[in-house]
Amino acid sequence: MEKRNLSDSGAAPEKKTGERRLSAARSSFGALYRKELSDHLSGFRFYLIFGILLVVSIASMSGAISSIRSAATSSSSSTDTATNEFLFLKLFTTGSSSIYSFTTFIAFLGPLAGITLGFDLVNSEMNQGTMNRLVAQPIYRDSVINAKFLAGFTAIAMMIFALGFMITGVGLVVVGLQPGIEEIARLIVFLIYASVYTAFWMGLAMLFSVLCRHAATSALASIAIWLYFSLFSSLVSSGIANLLYPTSDINGYSNSLANYKLALGLQRLSPYYLFGESSSTILNPSVRALSITSSSALSGAVSSYLSFGQSLLLVWPHLTVILAMTLIVFAVSYVCFMRREIRA
Amino acid sequence: MGEEETKKSENTIIETHSLTKRYGDITAVDDLTLTIGRGEVFGLLGPNGAGKTTTTLMLLGLTEPTSGRALIDGHDCTREPIKVKEFVGYLPDNVGFYTDMTGRENLRFTGRLNGLSGAEIEKRSAELLERVGMTYAADRKTGTYSKGMRQRLGIADALMKDPKVIIMDEPTNGIDPEGMRELLALIGELAKRDGKTILVSSHQLYQVQQICDRVGIFVKGHLIACGRIDELSKQLNEEGVFTTEFMAAPCDDGLKALIAGLPTVRSVETEHGLFVITSTSDVRTAASKAAIEKGYSIEHVRQRGGDLDEIYRRYFEKAGDEDGSGNGEKKPLRQRSRTGKKDR
Repeated sequence: MEKRNLSDSGAAPEKKTGERRLSAARSSFGALYRKELSDHLSGFRFYLIFGILLVVSIASMSGAISSIRSAATSSSSSTDTATNEFLFLKLFTTGSSSIYSFTTFIAFLGPLAGITLGFDLVNSEMNQGTMNRLVAQPIYRDSVINAKFLAGFTAIAMMIFALGFMITGVGLVVVGLQPGIEEIARLIVFLIYASVYTAFWMGLAMLFSVLCRHAATSALASIAIWLYFSLFSSLVSSGIANLLYPTSDINGYSNSLANYKLALGLQRLSPYYLFGESSSTILNPSVRALSITSSSALSGAVSSYLSFGQSLLLVWPHLTVILAMTLIVFAVSYVCFMRREIRA
Repeated sequence: MGEEETKKSENTIIETHSLTKRYGDITAVDDLTLTIGRGEVFGLLGPNGAGKTTTTLMLLGLTEPTSGRALIDGHDCTREPIKVKEFVGYLPDNVGFYTDMTGRENLRFTGRLNGLSGAEIEKRSAELLERVGMTYAADRKTGTYSKGMRQRLGIADALMKDPKVIIMDEPTNGIDPEGMRELLALIGELAKRDGKTILVSSHQLYQVQQICDRVGIFVKGHLIACGRIDELSKQLNEEGVFTTEFMAAPCDDGLKALIAGLPTVRSVETEHGLFVITSTSDVRTAASKAAIEKGYSIEHVRQRGGDLDEIYRRYFEKAGDEDGSGNGEKKPLRQRSRTGKKDR
């Protein structure tokens, strides 16, 4: 396939037509991208998932506002600085007794949004019979899948940023909180990160849409993986850890550290867990460490918030891994798509 | 590109050289060498699964041949697929459109993929919609279209890029007789008036016969015959295979045995109450004489040949004989369909 694309450079005297063709190939990517994006934005599914996220964001925000209010009135002694500084970010990270926080909702429903947008990107075109018409046009075949992924990512980013800024706006107006520069920076990093996380799930769903002939199969496969990582992977990882390093028998005490480390390591294979860890670190500067720390390491530590740079440093591996996972699922679907024979 | 090749391509537009495609053990297209001249309507005929679609896919560079090569207008279909697709229009089997877009929007999208300017797109799509008689439904969503309408829109779609060559895969599939007549008239007009080269693949022989300048008969990946229809029929008769329809009253088994006993008769089969005699010489006189002598009265005697169905059937039989295996499967198409009905 690469051979085909590369060898299109043609002979020297055909430079002019070559240029025209290149620009045509580029404009065809633009046309594909615009079509995909408008498909997303005008589609019923986009509005459905956006509506769901909107409702849960409003609910979580109202929960956050009420709990912030009660915390502020009860702790009037002002010893609890945590509720005063970075109060704005609390809008995103606190829920109430009855509702989850915004970050938890994104961690849980972001995958659903990604899967909804991605699960039939390729196989619906195959089944509709539009794919073979599409690849018979003078376009590079990879621009089809690139455009699909990028358009999906754009739609997701628009959705997540819209929700984030909506909460910011409502927070400004209703609560009267003013975000500081660091808070805005943390928020933007979080929103970018949430977009990449959601795009990972879209990429995974797109991979299944390349592999499976039927949209229903690919949707179910992606949902199965989503449920596994969100609900069961913690059970499985602690189960494996207990199996290998039992903490109940005679070695229990000496095993406990290894047990914890293994369970944590296994859990971190799950993008859901990674996202949860890193989003709480980014949005909550009082999180100082993400794994076991000895008391000697903490002795003499200055009791204050982590700076933005340090928080970022703490979750940099997480960010890298999520980005890498996203790229890997995209790369695999890219290769599968390029190798697939498209016929009626 | 050698000078010789350029010269040759002046009257030849499509050429394949020992084109072969294997899927594992199955050879879909075997050593296909074919040339099609400019402005010609070429019919690629064969039963389902003969490798017709695979051939068209290789011509469009959508499938890589296992060996051999295909050239369209001097461009290698495997190495320069984009270049080829710039001037080759493709109407796939079971053409599909984006169902939530109107017919006109679908054409616009194809125009944009081909790098046409906005004004050009509007002008050409209106023209083509008029030409295929779809103007009345141009602004309806294609999801509401019937099969025939989709097929007509498919032709308009293939013409958007103003191709030199049009490849149509089973264009007459599933269309009512009236729609078929219009479609064939349109194809004929495209070749005669617009000077397009058209490659039609089909298993519907009668229809294709009306419009094709030349046909190639394709069975199990082999091109078993290629040429003008009258040439093919002549070639067959020179080989000394005659098929005669014969009917007499009473049409009983005694008569069948009588005819089967005549010299040079290979077989006698009953079709619709007619005896179909296959022989290596003209048996019309001999059979009539023998029947009259036995007191039968002749009702119908006709030598078959000249129409494509017959040619096809006999080439098909011949290919089966040469193969020497799987007799049941290689029965002539007509008979096969009839026994099929009986079984059900």
